Amino acid sequence: MSRQAGRGTESKKMNSELFTLTYGALVTQLCKDYENDEDVNKQLDKMGYNIGVRLIEDFLARSNVGRCHDFRETADVIAKIAFKMYLGITPSITNWSPGGDEFSLILENNPLVDFVELPDNHSSLIYSNLLCGVLRGALEMVSQGLSSSETEIRTTKVQMAVDVKFVQDTLKGDSVTEIRMKFIRRIEDNLPAGEE
Amino acid sequence: MADEALFLLLHNEMVAGLYRAAEQGEGENGRCTTKLESMGFRVGQGLIERFTKDTARFKDELDIMKFICKDFWTTVFKKQIDNLRTNHQGIYVLQDNKFRLLTQMSAGKQYLEHAPKYLAFTCGLIRGGLSNLGIKSIVTAEVSSMPACK
Repeated sequence: MSRQAGRGTESKKMNSELFTLTYGALVTQLCKDYENDEDVNKQLDKMGYNIGVRLIEDFLARSNVGRCHDFRETADVIAKIAFKMYLGITPSITNWSPGGDEFSLILENNPLVDFVELPDNHSSLIYSNLLCGVLRGALEMVSQGLSSSETEIRTTKVQMAVDVKFVQDTLKGDSVTEIRMKFIRRIEDNLPAGEE
Repeated sequence: MADEALFLLLHNEMVAGLYRAAEQGEGENGRCTTKLESMGFRVGQGLIERFTKDTARFKDELDIMKFICKDFWTTVFKKQIDNLRTNHQGIYVLQDNKFRLLTQMSAGKQYLEHAPKYLAFTCGLIRGGLSNLGIKSIVTAEVSSMPACK
């Protein structure tokens, strides 16, 4: 029994290494394809966005969280459930702005940058920019199904436009990685999915 | 389990992204497959290093292939290779009847022409792993009916 548990954690570690290594290979390839770091950043963000819009469905299916009533709840869910589920880390939430629409996620260690060092000629590369895209895409596509009565099922899509960016990065010499998320606006669509 | 979903999505996005970029550029399809394969190669090399740190020395080629089929495949794709055949002269056929990267795509012949793109990375992965274990190889993939592949 204990041997099985040992193999379980080892394979889990390997899986995150697989992801880390694959991500590294991807960034290396992109750096070769595109001449400058800005283009690579944009491409990573776009790819992250595409991943995010699909990931959110997977996340909602697996985690079964209820609807978030405000941005703070959203932040909690992102940090404590989503990050834990997919990357195995739990960032802390700090630096709430007075209006409650901006906050920072502090990651003590970023699994994407295991084994990575940034060379000097790529100082403006945001290595983990994929994460920003994923967060952005996921929040733009959050949709929850609510059944209100026996005859009617409404699907409420709660779409949020957010701005996500890296403020500190361990690859660039900071002590932690900090992601700043800012709520821009909310688009709410009520789509009655039933026949009448 | 959840990490797997992430890897799947990342992989699919990589394939899509590279082809998107190629379309806007010169439109050289062959280069994309090569790029994917070389990415897989690098990842395979790294993975096999981490993975075989503590395992015993391999006795021969067949032993290495068995390792790939069982432990390596289980780590990466959460299942073992279903069938391993060899002609004992250097050719090995690994058959996976439910290849993880293809299960989400189709369950038959639909989209067959797109399947090779998704296998390029894995071919590179195997080639990289083998190369770090001391074996020079050529890895090709064949899909006749998804999600099985050889």
